[in-house]
Order: sequence, then structure tokens, then C-alpha cells
Amino acid sequence: MSRPIVIENASLYGDITASLLIEDGVITKIADAIDAPDDAVVIDATGLVALPGLVDLHTHLREPGREDAETIETGSRAAARGGWTAVFAMANTNPVADTAGVVEQVWSRGREIGLVDVFPVGAVTVGLKGEHLSEMGAMADSKAKVRLFSDDGVCVYDPVIMRRALEYVKTFDGAVVQHAQDLRLTEGSQMHEGVVSAELGLAGWPAVAEESIVARDALLAEHVGSRVHVQHLSTAGSVEIIRWAKARGINVTAEATPHHLLLTDESARTYDPLFKVNPPLRTQADVDALRAAVADGTIDIIATDHAPHAAEDKDCEWAAASFGMLGLETALGVIQKALVDTGALTWRDVARLMSEAPARIGKVDDQHGRPLAEGEPANITLVDPTAAWTVDGAQLASRASNTPYGGIELPGRAVATLLRGVPTHLDPQLEGAFA
Amino acid sequence: MRHLLSTKDLSRDDAILILDTAAQMAATQEREVRKLPTLRGKTVVNLFFEDSTRTRISFEAAAKRLSADVINFSAKGSSVSKGESLKDTALTLQAMGADAVVVRHWASGAAYQLAHGGWLHGSVLNAGDGTHQHPTQSLLDAFTIRKHLVTDPMGNDLAGLTVAIVGDVLHSRVARSNVHLLHTLGAKVVLVAPATLVPVGVEPWPCDVVHTLDEAIESYDIDALMMLRVQRERMTGGGFFPSPNEYTRLFGLDGDRLRRLPDHAIVMHPGPMNRGLEISAEAADSPRSVIVEQVANGVAVRMAALYLLLAGEEGAQ
Repeated sequence: MSRPIVIENASLYGDITASLLIEDGVITKIADAIDAPDDAVVIDATGLVALPGLVDLHTHLREPGREDAETIETGSRAAARGGWTAVFAMANTNPVADTAGVVEQVWSRGREIGLVDVFPVGAVTVGLKGEHLSEMGAMADSKAKVRLFSDDGVCVYDPVIMRRALEYVKTFDGAVVQHAQDLRLTEGSQMHEGVVSAELGLAGWPAVAEESIVARDALLAEHVGSRVHVQHLSTAGSVEIIRWAKARGINVTAEATPHHLLLTDESARTYDPLFKVNPPLRTQADVDALRAAVADGTIDIIATDHAPHAAEDKDCEWAAASFGMLGLETALGVIQKALVDTGALTWRDVARLMSEAPARIGKVDDQHGRPLAEGEPANITLVDPTAAWTVDGAQLASRASNTPYGGIELPGRAVATLLRGVPTHLDPQLEGAFA
Repeated sequence: MRHLLSTKDLSRDDAILILDTAAQMAATQEREVRKLPTLRGKTVVNLFFEDSTRTRISFEAAAKRLSADVINFSAKGSSVSKGESLKDTALTLQAMGADAVVVRHWASGAAYQLAHGGWLHGSVLNAGDGTHQHPTQSLLDAFTIRKHLVTDPMGNDLAGLTVAIVGDVLHSRVARSNVHLLHTLGAKVVLVAPATLVPVGVEPWPCDVVHTLDEAIESYDIDALMMLRVQRERMTGGGFFPSPNEYTRLFGLDGDRLRRLPDHAIVMHPGPMNRGLEISAEAADSPRSVIVEQVANGVAVRMAALYLLLAGEEGAQ
């Protein structure tokens, strides 16, 4: 088997300083000091924060179909560099992941590459068309053991289809993951509808188009006694609805993305399509409400909505450009900047929001989002909160380079990622230990 | 001034300089030989991603009367079929040595992207981008208003005047350009439109908003009434208003409403008009209509803009 690893003097969850011994993919010992076995790799983690490996519930790997923008391999590398040990790959590929064949292909390609556990999300409806339920049972029973279903990219708009999907996934304890967007209210929409869109002459995407679907789906989930997860919450109104639904006991969970927690619709003034995303960047008041909701637990998780696009789909007129931005490698730094360094979150909260809760929602919490404790799988992310870096799209591991953070300095980053004890990412400063 | 992209970028002094220069240009157009040597050797490209014969020939006439070489480049492409990319077109024009690019585009922000994309070095003059801005249209409107309603136009702004803009504000680059420019020049602006055709987020705009033309005529002493073109396709799919008849009843300018305006008030329209929809033949052809004159002033204003962008960089002659 691989050599044992000793991580010395890490700050577990940013709280307690301890050393960890990792053998055969498992954390076998946690103590103040560990006598490293002779053949062990020793990582000096002084000043580094150890978190359970991050779990991204919302990633687009683009394979199959758009390998010019991202592949499972390049996306896996980006994920490992960002500190992620598991990603959930969205179904809007070509062909769509709406059959057991496609989800098994994505799952096994992820295993083959081995840099991150790739869990495919299945489509709710055939071809994401919103008309007929896909064969969710077959996907659930496949090797990929799909538990989350989403038509992400488009909303499951028909209320009857949504109701049936919510009912159907109960069979295998799954959840419907909703991209909340009223299609009629957002035809041709380009950016958040408000003061900035009025001035820029870009068609508006009103907050109510998200909020009305969030409310509808919470009520449907209550009615049929099922579980719904709302993706990329972007408005203050949606936060209020989720808060109300949870208080009412509805089985609803919600996510926010790093970009909705940092950027606003003011970015559109550059007409640079790098800032074009769906749902759109909103106002500062929305950002503030989302941050508060992340801090008080109304929002359960942070997920990236990592959405690579080929250069020609972004280097064009705003209205002609694709929606979406890269996120895997910048998420940790953005969250540190927006929420940790501002005092809204502790690193323990980050572990909950970016590892434990997403693993639970995705039903992979037997392997991921586990405590940093003896006997647990060694899925570990080491964060250097002082390793500031300036983002450069061309330097990211993704095949595409459409980051909105180019030129921005982020305060910290993942310097090591371990998947079942195997380093999938090592910052150059730590590579020496493995020499 | 390097580019002319949005009237929001113009200070009061900038705007007055353009209008005064346009007045000088207009004066030269009374002469027997109208061509000036000012931009000899300069290349102006009219880059049109959207059809607009009127705007294109206006810019073409302006550039030619300043002795510039003019290249017309039609790069039509709808939002569905993107056609030649903006970037590639810009790189092509840069390679050809364009000193100024006059761009009309269906996408809001395209002129800004051309100016700031790092693809070309020449000046960019926005001739209408999507539903965003059309600065030379509003400059020619301001020029026309000043000429008719300000006693001593040279060097002066539009302080004390009230301009009503009637119609589809939501989709109008002319309205957006005029609100900022007329405000900068000291005029009071009143938007008159059904609430469906006023953008959400209009609140910070420096103007009032009313919802019928009769209310505007009763509540304000209107000096200039600007009728916007109503696009018939706005009535289909989601319907911004119930019917052409209802629109005409509430927002159309007819002889009756015209007579209720102050005697000195002028009637404007950026063209092309839908006679019988937003404006009746009686109003369009009345002596108070300055619609045809707007077209003539358009050439003078575009001459001024090209002159200030291109001759300015070597010191005005």
C-alpha cells in the first residue's frame, strides 16, 4: 500500500492544533504529536487549517458533449486544486444524463481519473425538456447510484411534472434539485432586472421569477411529503421563503454560490460576459441577505455552479454569450474573503457548508463530509488562509478560462487535497515532503 | 473625447461644445461648396450589424463632407445566428487602419465592447446599440430643440425647457440617451408611456414619468414633444399594450392634442414614423413639426462628433 502520511500541527477546523496519521486511506491516529513511522511522508501543516474534503453539489464537467470547454479529467484536476474530494456532475451534457448508460459512463470515467469522486446527477426529465420523467429508477439502481435529480440549466417548470418527480424519488430516498426560474418571466433575460438593467438596456431577469418557483416547490414538497433542494439561491426574497418553509417543517434545503455571495449586478456595467450567469448577479442587498442566511443556517450549503465555457462563447456580445462562470478553484478563496475574513463564518462553519451538509444532501455521507476523527476515511483538505494569490484564468486547471475573478486577489487557497489518503493536489511548497 | 458611446459620459461642457460645433458645421452647409478638407486622409468605417439606412447615410454624408474616406461594412447577424464575431470584425477593421468606427449593433453594450475590448485603436462612435444608447440621435434632438427654443443658442444649454418623450421607453435607446443628455443640459424631462413600456428600475433616472399623454399635456408646460416609434411586434406575445387603437387613444399625438400644447411647442420624431399609430398625419405635417429638420441637423451633429473625435487628437484646426 501507499506510504503512511503524517500531517503535523494542523489546525483542525481552525480550532484545535493536532497531528494526524493516515494509513491505507484512513485516519488512524490523531494526537498532539505523532512519531512518524520510518517510511512516512511528513507534511508540516503549521498554520494550515484542516477540513474534511470539500463536496461540491453543483458542478458542470461538460463531458460528454462539450469537451472543448471541460472534460471530466480537467474538471477533476480543477476540483482537486480547489480542495474538493467529491463533485456532483450536472446532467445537462450531450447526450443528457437521463439514462443509466450515461450516468454510469460519467461515474466510471471519474473513477478512472481518480482525482475526485464524481457523482452524476440524473436528469429529472428526458432530454431536460420538462415533458416526461426520465428513468430515474434505472439511474438510482445503476453503478452510479444516483440520488439527486436535476434539469439544472432549465427549471422543471410544469407543476405536475415537478409534483410527480418529487413523489417518484421517494422510492429510493432521492431528492429533486431545482433550478428555480419561471421560464415565461425570464424569456430573453440577460441580467438582474433593476436599476442597472434599466440603464444598460439589457433585458431583465426579475427576482420574482426565482422566488415564485421556490415558493411553489416548497409547497409541493410539503404536500407530497418529499425532499427538494433549491440550487443557487440568489435573492433576498428566496431566502425569506426558505426560512419560512423550514420553520414550517418542510423538507427543503438550499444552496448559494460563491459568486452570488461576492459579486453584484454592478459588474454588468463592463458588458463583459464573464459576469453573465444564471441566475444573474443581484444587488448588494441580495448579497447581504444571502450572507446572513449562510451564517444563520437558512442556506445549507455553498456550491460552485462551476460552468466552463469555450472562449468564443464568452468573447462576444453580452446577449450572445453563454451563462456561467468557473468556480471550483476559486470557491474556497472567495468564501474566505467574503465570509470567513469578515467574521461571518468560522472554518468549522465552512466544513459544514462545503463538506458535511452537501455530503448529507447528496446521500454520500457514508464516505464524504465525515468528521476528522480516528477510523474515518482520509478525505482531507488543507487550507493555507495566508496564501494570498491573484486569479488568472489562463493559469486555472479547467480547459476554459471564464473566471470572473481575473486580477482579483483572494486571501487563501487549498494547498493539499487528500482523497482516501492519496494526495490529489499538492501545492509546490508541500511537494518536497513526498520526494 | 476619445469615443462617443453614451450621453451619460458627457459633461455639460462636452455637450455644449458638440452642439456649438454642430452649429458651425451647419453654417458651412449653407455654402455653395459644402465639402470641408478637415478629415482628409482619415478613414471612417460605418459598421452596421443591424439595418438602418437612415442612420448610415447620415453618417456617410457627415464623413464625406469632412473629406474622410468612408467604408461601409455591413455585418448583419441576428442574435440567433451570431454571424461574424464582434472581435473578428474589430480585428479586421484594425488591420485596415480605421481611424473611427461608427457602429450600429443589435446588442446593448456592443459599442462599449468595441471601444474597450483592446481589439482596435480607433475612436468608436455609437450609432445605436440594442436598447441602450444612441447618442448622436439625442444630440441632434438637443440641437434642434436649442435652435428653435433658445433665443441665443450658441454656448447655451436648455435650462428652463420641458421635453416630453412619449412611447416605448423600455425598448428605446433614443429615450435613454435623451433622458441623460437633456437633463445634463438643464431641461426637465417627462416620460409618457404605459407602465408596461417603462423599465423596472427607472426610479433613479432624472425625469418624471406619467402614464397618459393627456395627463402630460395638462400637468406640464411642454416645449418639445418627442414621439417615439412604436414597434408593432411589441403587441404580440405577452402584449405590452392591448391594441393599436388603445395605444393611439392614450398616447397618440393628433390635431386635438397638438392644439392643447403651448403655441411655441415643437413636435419631434426620430423616424421612421408609424402614421396613424403614434402620430397622426395632421400632427406630423403641421408647421410645428420639425421632423424633417431633425434629419438635416443629424448630418451637422455627426460632422461635429466626427470632427471632435478625429481632428481633436491633432489639435483643432
